[in-house]
Amino acid sequence: MNRKKLQKLTDNLTKNCKHLFRGFDKDNDGCVNVSEWINGLSVFLRGSLEEKMKYCFEVFDLNGDGFISKEEMFHMLKNSLLKQPSEEDPDEGIKDLVEITLKKMDHDHDGKLSFADYEKAVREETLLLEAFGPCLPDPKSQMEFETQVFKDLTDFNDM
Amino acid sequence: MGVALTRSAQWTAAGYGTGTLESTPLNEEILKEIIVFVEHFIYKYPHEAKFVFVEPLEWNTDLEPSAFESGYIVSETTVKSEEVDKNGQPLLLLSVPQIKVRSFGQLAHFLFIAKDTKLKEAQACIEGNRDPVVKILGSEFGEMKEDSMALNILNKISTDDDPENEIKMKIAILLKQLDLHLLNHSLKYISLQINLNPKTVKKDIELLQRFSGKGEQTVLESIEYTSDYEFTNGCRAPPWRQMYGEICYVLVKPHDVEALCITCSAEGVFLNGGKTDEEGDIDYERKGEVYKDLVTFLKEKSAVFSENMSRQENISNEEQKNQIEEVLTKEEAAVPQKAISSSDRLKKNHINFVKTQMSKRLEPSLNWRAKVDFKDKNLTKDSQEEKHGGKVEKSRTSISHGKVQLRKSVDKIEETISESSSESEEDEEQPDHRQEANADLPSEYWQIQKLVKYLKGGNQTATVIALCSMKDFNLAQETCQLAIRDVGGLEVLINLLDTDEVKCKIGSLKILKEISHNPQIRRNIVDLGGLPIMVNILDSPYKSLKCLAAETIANVAKFKRARRAVRQHGGITKLVALLDCAQNATEPAQSSLYETRDVEVARCGALALWSCSKSYSNKEAIRKAGGIPLLARLLKTSHENMLIPVVGTLQECASEENYRAAIKAERIIENLVKNLNSENEQLQEHCAMAIYQCAEDEETRDLVRLHGGLKPLASLLNNTKNKELLAAVTGAIWKCSISKENVIKFREYKAIETLVGLLTDQPEEVLVNVVGALGECCQEHENRVIVRRCGGIQPLVNLLVGINQALLVNVTKAVGACAVEPENMAIIDRLDGVRLLWSLLKNPHPDVKASAAWALCPCIENAKDAGEMVRSFVGGLELVVNLLKSDNKEVLASVCAAITNIAKDQENLAVITDHGVVPLLSKLANTNNDNLRRHLAEAVSRCCMWGRNRVAFGEHRAVAPLVRYLKSNDTNVHRATAQALYQLSEDADNCITMHENGAVKLLLDMVGSPDQELQEAAAGCISNIRRLALATEKARYT
Repeated sequence: MNRKKLQKLTDNLTKNCKHLFRGFDKDNDGCVNVSEWINGLSVFLRGSLEEKMKYCFEVFDLNGDGFISKEEMFHMLKNSLLKQPSEEDPDEGIKDLVEITLKKMDHDHDGKLSFADYEKAVREETLLLEAFGPCLPDPKSQMEFETQVFKDLTDFNDM
Repeated sequence: MGVALTRSAQWTAAGYGTGTLESTPLNEEILKEIIVFVEHFIYKYPHEAKFVFVEPLEWNTDLEPSAFESGYIVSETTVKSEEVDKNGQPLLLLSVPQIKVRSFGQLAHFLFIAKDTKLKEAQACIEGNRDPVVKILGSEFGEMKEDSMALNILNKISTDDDPENEIKMKIAILLKQLDLHLLNHSLKYISLQINLNPKTVKKDIELLQRFSGKGEQTVLESIEYTSDYEFTNGCRAPPWRQMYGEICYVLVKPHDVEALCITCSAEGVFLNGGKTDEEGDIDYERKGEVYKDLVTFLKEKSAVFSENMSRQENISNEEQKNQIEEVLTKEEAAVPQKAISSSDRLKKNHINFVKTQMSKRLEPSLNWRAKVDFKDKNLTKDSQEEKHGGKVEKSRTSISHGKVQLRKSVDKIEETISESSSESEEDEEQPDHRQEANADLPSEYWQIQKLVKYLKGGNQTATVIALCSMKDFNLAQETCQLAIRDVGGLEVLINLLDTDEVKCKIGSLKILKEISHNPQIRRNIVDLGGLPIMVNILDSPYKSLKCLAAETIANVAKFKRARRAVRQHGGITKLVALLDCAQNATEPAQSSLYETRDVEVARCGALALWSCSKSYSNKEAIRKAGGIPLLARLLKTSHENMLIPVVGTLQECASEENYRAAIKAERIIENLVKNLNSENEQLQEHCAMAIYQCAEDEETRDLVRLHGGLKPLASLLNNTKNKELLAAVTGAIWKCSISKENVIKFREYKAIETLVGLLTDQPEEVLVNVVGALGECCQEHENRVIVRRCGGIQPLVNLLVGINQALLVNVTKAVGACAVEPENMAIIDRLDGVRLLWSLLKNPHPDVKASAAWALCPCIENAKDAGEMVRSFVGGLELVVNLLKSDNKEVLASVCAAITNIAKDQENLAVITDHGVVPLLSKLANTNNDNLRRHLAEAVSRCCMWGRNRVAFGEHRAVAPLVRYLKSNDTNVHRATAQALYQLSEDADNCITMHENGAVKLLLDMVGSPDQELQEAAAGCISNIRRLALATEKARYT
């Protein structure tokens, strides 16, 4: 298996995932080592809901302080609405969206999302797992990835 | 400015005061024009710009004080202009948020500062100052109207020398010019919208054609196009004329005036020069005024037309309504409709036309504008306002400046509107509801509207958030359901189903599933084509998606059209396929986000099939798709929420014969019986219903017994609270008790006593079944005794006065069954039950008649003094005899049986003979129905006992057909016939007829029958015939 193939594979898997690297690089040393890579893949492909929640929360918690703050939400959602020319304040919709999300997920009403808040909301409604943007591979690309990898097992053996 | 603002600007709520400007393109246009006017004012008329208004223009601004720079004294919350008036007051004063401006200069300056929010500020200003002219110039100017204004101004100038007044005048004239300009401008705008287009013209003409022809009643003698060729854009005018916006030319022959050659163009309808010569060329030149449409034009031209039209309007409200609706939708969607390809050209043309009109004759032109504008205003308001007669009324008064023509047109519009809204309630139902929702919009409405906006304009992340948030509303509440629909949410939700985003689809379905509990929403979903999409989702690899889709289909498919749609899009097969999932017992735990258990999928599939199975064709489709074995397999599971839809589906389907066979074959009964013991009443109910449906078949009844189903049924009778369950259970008992063995079991379980207890205070559905069951049970002596002992006869007889057909059939049967017991009969007689039964012979339903007649037989047989009793019913015997004229075989057979019993009494036999029973019976003789043959023959044999009836039967040719009865396969028929022939053979002529028809040989065979009575009768008959033969021989030789 050559580099190109691997790149194609991971591209395929991670095309939706913006903060992939940060999620994988646990020790923050700036590169993903083998165990980090394996761990990451495990979450991606075989992760339980808990593992996935944990992973997603870490991705969403941009500054790593254990909370998803309003500002972080705003940042993540700012491109989620189509700009409408008639709107006076294009940010207003985003702000509103953040408020809606908080209302839905912030169970202790402290204006930010703790992991507990997040977990509770996701358990109520699994759709909210990737509430602030896609960060897990969608099942289709996951399947493609797997077929690709398992097909290439023979390549491994050949080597 | 005033006129344009009051009339052409589209205010949200008619009437003055708190109204706000609607954000329509037209209003925007007007506001822009005003802004341009004000901004240029300062350059064009610097002197006038300094003029201080009589009163300041006040409104609430969004502008921050910090936005003001040089030339202003700015503090934190207030701004004053450095420019002051004579008294030292600042010409602009802002104290957040209110602002007061007192000169055009400041106004222009302010707009300059406002920059991007100019439009908004201008709008706020106009909204805040409904009569700016008065504020600027003083009240005397507000009084002036249109044409008189110029005169007034001149007057003022000549009488007054005050320099300030001069400026005032100048400003007044400038404002007046602006006003005209605005009107012109909005007119341009409006005129684009109200253009006729080929479609409406065509509709008009088609409609008129339908009401044209010879005769007084029609609206026109004829109306036809000059050209048969229709271009693809719908026009019939030649292309070079289409450039001028002309659509087609029509030749109209009204009743009272000469033929008219009319041009229908996008601008309106007008008279043209007519055909110039034989070749059919048309003089395209306009020869008359332009009218807004064909009908208006013709109404003006022909009195007969207008008179007949109004008459036709009443007759053809339906068409009119459609037409008007058509126009309504047209008008609503007018903007994108550039009626004709050469629209640019047209526009120019039109502007010219309008301008010349305006300058030449201001008055009529204004009228026209106002008229059109008003109409436009109403129509564009989403047809909602139609209902509010009050609102229309109000805006009318606001606009009526005593111009007759205007008012007339308003009245007319109002008339047509009220016409269209009152016509068909079905169609109007929906706007109606929107209306209510509008009446007091709850806060949810706005929140939902906002969410739908995000659904529309967001990427998938935003969409998912909006969907989740929407799900938190109380979607079971109608306001929310309708709110989602009214803000256009349904379309978006259904569109989402068509995307590739799994999460969006799931979220959308979760909402659709909830709101589709509302019948209106169901219809909307079907109208929007939601079902095919959902059916497609059933193929999705994600199980939770499949589940949700199936559940939503289950909700939507509650009405016929939806069920048909599901079937036509192949939904049934897919739903049946869902049932197949629940096979692998060893499932991995939720492997992915979108997985659920297979059982769940099957459950949802069954749920959807249940809804669908209410249509006959769907039942067929389910069977063809192999649904029955799958349902049978699912029936073996023990999940209640799975079993209910499964049994529900089976119960629906069991109404079909081939289903019942399949159900038997699949050994489903066993499981149904098992589930009768469940705790869940709903499940019990559906099982009982299914048994009720299936137990028509004898084998099934035996199966129910063999699987021990009778005991749970009997014990369920004690649950009298749940009426649906009770109805189902009693139904099952009724059908099961058709088998004798089952009846014995029921007696063991004391079910009969319980059933008698259920004869009172129950809904009809229960009563029908209870009485039916008792009717079957009372075929046995023991049970009849039990019924009597439990006091069941009285309530049964009481039920004879009901009106429910099914109930009456069962009650008469039960009463008849009871009457077999003489002791029971005594009670029935005492309760006057026979009279009640007798009166049921007059019931219009043949089933009831027949059943009553059958019931009368045992009554007459077992009553004491039966003959006396029968005679006591005035007109009763005549009634019975006349029933022989019925054409229902069952009625005839039953009445024959009754006559047999009646005729046992000599006196009564005499009476019915007088009523002509013999010819009537004879007429029936030629029948092939064995049941009728038997009872007919019995009746004949009874009736022979009186006077010369034997001879009469012979005369009415009843004998020969009777002989043929002997060829039947039914021993009962044989016996009865032989007895009848025996009686008839007392008459010599009859013997001859019998002999001629080969009776002797047939009867000889009967003599060898094991049936004693038959033997005897046959032998008797033969001996009669033989004796006659001997006598004749004897007579010959002596």
